[in-house]
Amino acid sequence: MTSTKTSSTFHRVALAQIAPALADRQRNVALHLEQIKAARAQDADLIVFPELSLTGYFVRDMVPDVAIAPDAPEIRELLDAAGPMAVVLGFVEESPQHRFYNTALYAEGGRVVHLHRKVYLPTYGLFDERRYFAAGERFLAFDTARFGRMGILICEDFWHLSAAAIMQAEEIDVLICPANSPGRGVDGPRIRTAETYEHLSKAYAQLMGAVVIVVNRVGFEDGLCFWGGSSVTGPDGRTIAQAPQLDESLTLAAFDAADLRRQRLITPLARDERLLLTIEELNRIKRNRYGC
Amino acid sequence: MAADPRANHLADSLTINAELVTAILTRFIRTEIRRAGFQRAVLGLSGGIDSSVVAFLAAAALGPENVLAVTMPYKTSSEATRRDAQAVVDHLGVRTIEVPITGPIDAYFALFPQAARMRLANKCARERMTVLYDQSAAFDALVLGTSNKSELLLGYGTQFGDMASAINPIGDLYKTQLYPLAAHLGLPRDILMKTPTGDLWAGQTDEGELGFTYAEADRLMVLMVDRRWRRAELVQAGFAPEFVDRVATLIRRNHYKRRMPVIAKLSPRTMDRDFRYARDWGT
Repeated sequence: MTSTKTSSTFHRVALAQIAPALADRQRNVALHLEQIKAARAQDADLIVFPELSLTGYFVRDMVPDVAIAPDAPEIRELLDAAGPMAVVLGFVEESPQHRFYNTALYAEGGRVVHLHRKVYLPTYGLFDERRYFAAGERFLAFDTARFGRMGILICEDFWHLSAAAIMQAEEIDVLICPANSPGRGVDGPRIRTAETYEHLSKAYAQLMGAVVIVVNRVGFEDGLCFWGGSSVTGPDGRTIAQAPQLDESLTLAAFDAADLRRQRLITPLARDERLLLTIEELNRIKRNRYGC
Repeated sequence: MAADPRANHLADSLTINAELVTAILTRFIRTEIRRAGFQRAVLGLSGGIDSSVVAFLAAAALGPENVLAVTMPYKTSSEATRRDAQAVVDHLGVRTIEVPITGPIDAYFALFPQAARMRLANKCARERMTVLYDQSAAFDALVLGTSNKSELLLGYGTQFGDMASAINPIGDLYKTQLYPLAAHLGLPRDILMKTPTGDLWAGQTDEGELGFTYAEADRLMVLMVDRRWRRAELVQAGFAPEFVDRVATLIRRNHYKRRMPVIAKLSPRTMDRDFRYARDWGT
């Protein structure tokens, strides 16, 4: 971990742990512009915003009111402001078929390279996402100009082992998880939900031999506390950077892509995966369960 | 012999990290008040642990000058109530005002001299609510709730009375959990030690009225409500079946107090049914 750029394998990532306004796109665009400006001033190569960073979380019946297309002027404005810095941000996407998705985009050089539509929309406990959103249908990785192969899992997607397994099979180098995780469980040293995210980040990083970046929002919506604690985890499972819990912050972290090679030499788990065997076994389960 | 795996549930279910809870609740108060366009809070201070904890949290969150603690004694209110409330005010340096409610209450019940004791208790709670809401207008503040999770579940409170507020920082903490929080915040020892009472009439105590202690009920409710144990599992763990049933019945019978009034649905979009917006809409 270093704060100076010493090699082309070093990447500086800015974790924009913000508290978006609820369904006030204009204020949130201003908030994003501030963060982008501050991250650029600190020479970041990539800035990551939380899930639904342009709208806030409990959007409910406002979903159609705050939805935009990926080529909306707001997004254009933010990508222009980012200049050479790559960006991950979250928004409510309206498709040409008027379906509404909880979407995160990755852009570099002012161009949207990838859209991930959240697949797993939780509708249990305090969650009610499936009521308002259409579910994404794919887990696709994509190639980036500077960070190698990348995958995005939004919040609940990250809790599904199969999504992580697909990302491993996609042979990604960097996994990004924009989150809006509300805290539950206050009996331990940290919020219980934060501990789960840490366990998952460390496990995925090691199992994939990849860098895992989680950016969770902070602030409150109708009593729910979003706990922040955004992090970068190296491929050896060690925490490279950790943003504070509960408070807004722009945390700069550097990771060294050369660590991926070193770690994969030591523990080549992804190399040793038996993908065809996995597919065969899943097909067997599929035949048994669904008869096709 | 292997340890009973239920022992952990029974032992630590009510544990809280008071420092973490304080960090969350002070931010909750500050954020929710400011996003609504206010800087200040008002609360009814009885000198009991619930309202005292809220006063401590509010003072930490907003600064004592931005907190108004209102004491609202009735003629039967005990001296201990007054003394403990004053100790909290002195300790925190929050603003305070005393608004006795004896006048309006007695004027009303002069019309109904035969009214039962419970009517008086509920009327006092609602009188105090109107005082708090009026003081919130005068002080340019929001009303902080002081009902804990045990009371909210058991329905041990007056609808539109002490249960009314704009925001409630302690509504998801059982009574039992307020003690470690109070100790962490540094509440005066006298308040920590006193028997829970609504001071509704001389010698009244919560636990005397309920017929069980908060400690017993909380141990049961955290498993029943939060961890979703079934009746048979609770009985097997040692809770008396009659006790389980009594608490379950109180929770169910009092559910109406925790909900908005039921609206007859006629149109395509009805409040709280299919007209769904967060209260923090646009803030």
